[in-house]
Amino acid sequence: MSEMDDMDDGSGIIKKFMFLNRKAPHGTVYALEGLEVVLITAAFDQDVSMVFTDDGVYQLIKGVDTKGIEVKDFSRTYRALEGYDIEKLYVDQKSMDARGLTEEDLIVDVTVLSVDEMANLMAEQDVVISF
Amino acid sequence: MLHIVNKSATERGALDSCLSMATKGSAVLLIEDAVYAATNGNAAAAKIQAAAADLKIYALGPDLAARGMAGRVLDGVNVVDYGGFVDLVAEHSNCQSWL
Repeated sequence: MSEMDDMDDGSGIIKKFMFLNRKAPHGTVYALEGLEVVLITAAFDQDVSMVFTDDGVYQLIKGVDTKGIEVKDFSRTYRALEGYDIEKLYVDQKSMDARGLTEEDLIVDVTVLSVDEMANLMAEQDVVISF
Repeated sequence: MLHIVNKSATERGALDSCLSMATKGSAVLLIEDAVYAATNGNAAAAKIQAAAADLKIYALGPDLAARGMAGRVLDGVNVVDYGGFVDLVAEHSNCQSWL
């Protein structure tokens, strides 16, 4: 097993991952699938940021009731992200403004960023994955 | 005529296409992601309110609730359930879905 231990299998490498969420929650499956992939990535102890921009900010809205359309209410899962050490949640100010939303409308604590701040955050990532 | 829109107005142009083609007295039903346009503060809200002068605007209640938007519906927009959806289709001689 000592040979195995000497091999560099990359297991200790931590990369910066950004998950960019741009879709509203139920009209397409992107939001739910993106959330699943984020949870998988967190299991590999990576440096994960979740960004919500454009219609993606609608994923974080409070007060959801999906009984009428008979689909899973996954909005509560965003509140569980903290338990997976995913604490870097960012929303785009301009996208919030265009939808009449404020931080009080959201189900989790987030950091609100300007477009310039968002651009810088994206530029410093090793990997950007878009949903 | 009944026009049905299911795409978000802040992502696609379907609502604009619909409103440019809907003639006076027609009905527009917003479903799925299109319901966001009928909520306070949305960038498309002014278009919906302007259109409501000549058109009857409806939004599907279950889709609003599923998106946490039930309490944010614009004045002048009629919220209907699935039964109301069926009634609208039955009441109008033809319909167009702006996919």
